[in-house]
Amino acid sequence: MTIADTTELPARSDAGQGPVFDADEERRARKKRIEGIAKYVIPLAVMSIAIWYWDRIVVWNEIEPYILPRPGLVLQTLIEDWGTLSASLLITLQITGLALGVAVIGGVGLAIIFSLSRYAEMSFSPFAVILQVTPIVSIAPLIFIYIESRMVGLLLCAWIVAFFPILANTTLGLKSADHNLRDLMTIYRANRWQRLRYLQLPSALPYFLGGLKIAGGLALIGAVVAEYVAGTGGIGTGLAFRILEAGYRLQIPRMFAALILIAVTGVIIYATTSLIAHLALRKWHESALKRD
Amino acid sequence: MSVAPLGQRAPILHMREIDKTFTGGVVALRRMSLEVNEGDFISLLGPSGCGKSTALRLIAGLMPPTLGRIEWEGGQGAGDLGVVFQEPTLMPWATVEQNVWLPFRLRGQSLASVREKIVEALALVGLEKFAKSYPRELSGGMKMRVSIARALVTRPRLILMDEPFAALDEITRQKLNDDLLSLKAKTGATVIFVTHSVFESVFLSDRILVMAARPGRVIREFQIDAPYPRGMEWRTAKEYGEIARETSDTLHGALAPEAAE
Repeated sequence: MTIADTTELPARSDAGQGPVFDADEERRARKKRIEGIAKYVIPLAVMSIAIWYWDRIVVWNEIEPYILPRPGLVLQTLIEDWGTLSASLLITLQITGLALGVAVIGGVGLAIIFSLSRYAEMSFSPFAVILQVTPIVSIAPLIFIYIESRMVGLLLCAWIVAFFPILANTTLGLKSADHNLRDLMTIYRANRWQRLRYLQLPSALPYFLGGLKIAGGLALIGAVVAEYVAGTGGIGTGLAFRILEAGYRLQIPRMFAALILIAVTGVIIYATTSLIAHLALRKWHESALKRD
Repeated sequence: MSVAPLGQRAPILHMREIDKTFTGGVVALRRMSLEVNEGDFISLLGPSGCGKSTALRLIAGLMPPTLGRIEWEGGQGAGDLGVVFQEPTLMPWATVEQNVWLPFRLRGQSLASVREKIVEALALVGLEKFAKSYPRELSGGMKMRVSIARALVTRPRLILMDEPFAALDEITRQKLNDDLLSLKAKTGATVIFVTHSVFESVFLSDRILVMAARPGRVIREFQIDAPYPRGMEWRTAKEYGEIARETSDTLHGALAPEAAE
């Protein structure tokens, strides 16, 4: 009697055939390929269907354009009113961009001060928290009372909303440096500045970039919301005012057109900040690494 | 580099009657005295809580002793000390070369001006081809080698190693132990090596300080005369087994009363 399995294995020819995969591996590879294509096709398809369905709803129910315009009409309005809308878009972009820029400088600067002095953090972080948790709509009217320049008021509102995530994330990042590396800095007698430059700032970079992604979107929201509160028209008005104005005049297609511009702007800001984060971290940080 | 036999070496560091008590009353170290001589390979061996890492941190100047003094012969200069931690402790955003450059960089020396030294240190650990790699591209053992290269690059008078290979697999650990000894032979480095492995300490060192916990203290010192370089023949030598046995007994003798509780 023998224990060995005597079943004949099928003859195998390895000569010059290249790698051989089993059915399971091939199924996996196929699935991966399909997923790679689906990643782009499915969102586009679903979005197209949604827009088509929107169009059909209007047609089927005979909805008037001043209640719900067809997507084609919105697009048409976007093109026809491009002169007015693009000028407003530019204003909104300026406020958003400036507010984000000042938020980066202010947030990182304050975070560095916090990391240098615990007492500074104890003294000022309550203010930062209060500003953050109070809804901007409720602070904005006061701001526009005290600040004469409408532009500066808008900027201040957008800044208040955008700066906190940068401050909070960067503060956390500056504290999160590896403790052994901190010891190493002590052993090699690094001064405060070197410690910040060579250890804390690079450690904080991924945290800061996470904050930047959030702040980018918030700056846009801040700019739009503040303009709703500020109200008054005239020259130099942003997209939010265009929406209000179109609403008063029952120009619903124009409301939609302005809304689309705001949404697209938000997406572009998010994509840009994500790209910045990816480029800055791709060489070393876990979040940017591909698993193989 | 040849090293003078034990007992004929010039001292480089004196620890005199060191006590360290933490706030809360934990006595981490009691009356530890140690004379470190040029070329020594000293292991601090003991269970956790015996103060071996505390001793290392005191020597590194990361905290002051409660009582007693630590004195460097001729004073401590910049770059006199190299440290290897239990983790590789590399900056993930910097290349291997930039990581090894750190001690010089903090003294304001440019990469170009010390490149030769960096290349030499990387060659000593066999990583000269990886100067431009990022730590994430390296294996655990390779990261540890970079860490060792960084500790060596300033040609320090003393290198402190805090259980550097404890997190590595057995095969990598043995290889690194072998390499550490050949490094020591090439550079004549003086090393204080913290470990809780009896075999590692007997294999590597010419002096073993066995420590016990509560309070942390040195209970016995062993001197091992077996010549360097040591390799497989030392791992299988009769004397190796005897010393390991005796060291082990000392360790367990100190543990015994506690086990009986």
